[in-house]
Amino acid sequence: MSPRLYLLFEQLPDLLGGHLTLAVPAIFFGVLISLPLGVLCVKSATIRGPIMSLVSLVQTVPSIALLAIMVALLGGTIGYWPAFIALLIYSILPIIRNTIVGLESVDPAMREAAKAVGMRPLQQLFRVELPLAFPVILAGIRTATVWVVGIATLSTPVGAPSLGNYIFSGLQLRDWQRVIFGCVATMTLSLVLDQLIAVIEKSIQSRRKISLILASCAIVALVGIGIVPGVIGPEPAGFSKLQEQGNDFAGSDKGDVPRTSLDGQVIRIGAKGFTEQFILAEILRKKIEDAGGTPEVLSNMGSTIVFDALAKNTVDVYVGYTGTIWSTVLKETDPIGRTAMRAAVAGRLYDEYGIVLAGALGFENTYALVAKSQTLQRYNLRQIGDLTPIAEDLKIGGDPEFFGRPEWQRVRRLYSLTDITEVGMDSTFMYQAVADGQVDVAAGFSTDGRIDAFDLRVLDDPKGAFPPYDAVLLLSPQAAKNKNLVHALEPLLNRISVSAMRDANRQVDEDGVTPKEAASKLLKHETKGPPLSR
Amino acid sequence: MHVPAIELIALTKCFGNSDEPAVKSVDLSVAQGEVLAIVGGSGSGKTTTLKMINRLIEPTSGSVKVMGEDVTNVDPVGLRRSIGYAFQGVGLFPHMTVGQNVGVTLQLLGWTKEATGERVSELLAMVDLPANEYQARLPSELSGGQQQRVGFARALASNPQAILMDEPFGALDPITRDALQQEFRSLQKKLELSVVLVTHDMSEAVLLADRIAVMHEGEVAQVANPRVLLTSPVNEYVAQLIDTPRRHSDFIESLLHGSMAGGEP
Repeated sequence: MSPRLYLLFEQLPDLLGGHLTLAVPAIFFGVLISLPLGVLCVKSATIRGPIMSLVSLVQTVPSIALLAIMVALLGGTIGYWPAFIALLIYSILPIIRNTIVGLESVDPAMREAAKAVGMRPLQQLFRVELPLAFPVILAGIRTATVWVVGIATLSTPVGAPSLGNYIFSGLQLRDWQRVIFGCVATMTLSLVLDQLIAVIEKSIQSRRKISLILASCAIVALVGIGIVPGVIGPEPAGFSKLQEQGNDFAGSDKGDVPRTSLDGQVIRIGAKGFTEQFILAEILRKKIEDAGGTPEVLSNMGSTIVFDALAKNTVDVYVGYTGTIWSTVLKETDPIGRTAMRAAVAGRLYDEYGIVLAGALGFENTYALVAKSQTLQRYNLRQIGDLTPIAEDLKIGGDPEFFGRPEWQRVRRLYSLTDITEVGMDSTFMYQAVADGQVDVAAGFSTDGRIDAFDLRVLDDPKGAFPPYDAVLLLSPQAAKNKNLVHALEPLLNRISVSAMRDANRQVDEDGVTPKEAASKLLKHETKGPPLSR
Repeated sequence: MHVPAIELIALTKCFGNSDEPAVKSVDLSVAQGEVLAIVGGSGSGKTTTLKMINRLIEPTSGSVKVMGEDVTNVDPVGLRRSIGYAFQGVGLFPHMTVGQNVGVTLQLLGWTKEATGERVSELLAMVDLPANEYQARLPSELSGGQQQRVGFARALASNPQAILMDEPFGALDPITRDALQQEFRSLQKKLELSVVLVTHDMSEAVLLADRIAVMHEGEVAQVANPRVLLTSPVNEYVAQLIDTPRRHSDFIESLLHGSMAGGEP
């Protein structure tokens, strides 16, 4: 097996486990909720209208939006619960609909026969109507299973590990093997669950108890496998431990625990969904492992989701960017200087959230408008302002998040770019799109390795429209109290230069190096020498 | 004098907003141990009348008494458990075995598993389907005649005070039908069952019933034993209905005696 494939398989137990512990209970409780609702809908025309409209309406909400909405509804809680609830909601429609169709297709003569032999209404339902509707209801459960297993891949961005991790990180890293691996694993899981339910159906109908028991056991065992490698519960596994340890240190110091050891504590590392964040998460992972901790990486999280998780101690540490926090968390519209902003962000995060900004890593990853070097030379374009006269004819590519951010509004205002055409796309594709001429300019990132790789150049920003984006190490209120953790991560501060970060990004994006390898290379080179001069 | 097993008094049913009642002021009674056939064409109200007896349909006016007790005074579910019902098109539950179908009412009545099992074997033996061979089968694995026997066994399960039958022999081939009719008659005599039998087939009524009620357009045209019906029908409709079996038998008799005088049947 190739080493890359081996790496993918290595993650499989955890991700498959996460996927199963989400999907199977969601379907199970979906059945528990939908069956009675379906029965009620058949028995009462008054509630049927409202219930069916509501269920159908919720189904039309795009699944990724529903997951994000769940995070908001649960007060910013990330991880298992929002994903579970969203999946549960998705399982309801097919089961309810088939319950109604199944019950209504029961021959009226059978209903009358049930009444005539002396069954009460509930006895008619349980002894005759439901058993006769069973094949149709089960078909609904099978549909729900296939949907839920597929949609569960979208739990990755809300911090619940699933087979979607392969797909999301694969898209970011442009590693198609990884994407396909994730898809195949998800499809296989769908088929296996679907077939197990089919076996249950057949064995109930043909009254073969043994295969019924075997198939049921197989499903329970699958969920069991999911739970064993690491419970992904609503509470961070490491949080309670951390607290305990924190108390220990506050009280008596246990002599046999070395001061620098994290002693197996679980530390949860957050990461957003792009290459640099994957590499930084691996760097943090390495440092925590070296200090004896047990790191867990939650990657592909949205900016606000990972921040909220940090504030709630659901994530212990992640690398944020001052400019992002300045505008999206602190809601400031006008940027200030780099050092001033870092100080202001640190102060306000501590005051308002108890989050500790441990320090800057040394590089800045700011938004930057990039274009083909060739084009810029030909038309003698140097800075963003040079685009103003031709803005009407230009197309700018960028991720949808960028176009919604205040920084972009500011750039448009300061450089009069209101007429430029916005083309939303995943950041994976935008550099290629500029290189191919599908768009003229892209809203890229200054540390992105693909700027060099595609022979692009950054347009100057003389008016300072983009705020500074210092990479800073953020610790949750709980994690900040953990001296050993702080100790373990301190050596990273002021050690990573822009060029080193861009180079690491390029290796991953272009050379197919894994984030882990890029991280250990970067650690070897950067953290040996003296700190960067500020 | 015994109380009648079933008594219908001025029984009337109007459906929905239809002006014309489906059943108009029907008076009928069934003595204990008697078979009463209700005969009539489609839409004559015969099935509606039958279903009002065990309250599958509630009457608009009038009353029904079973063993002297007005059925509106008793729990309809208990009433149905105490009256056997054999259905048009059999009505066995396809997801239950033969044994479960026969024992379903007993189970509803709270009989123990052992008692139910014993009674089911006895009933299946009574209808000539040995339990050890048929009990575990599904209805779909039986022939039409066998299914109908299971239907009888189920109707007889709780030793009912009366049995209601809605076209029970309708879907059977002539030979099976004849055999089953014979068996039914002998069982009925042996168990002294009180039976209301709804049929559109006058020959069947003549063969099986002690008395026949002819229904037409929701009303009872005439109630009498087959002989009286044959000899003195009260109107043209009854005469026409009763004429069919008579012509059949005349024709067969003429065949047997070697003359074709009877003409076409």
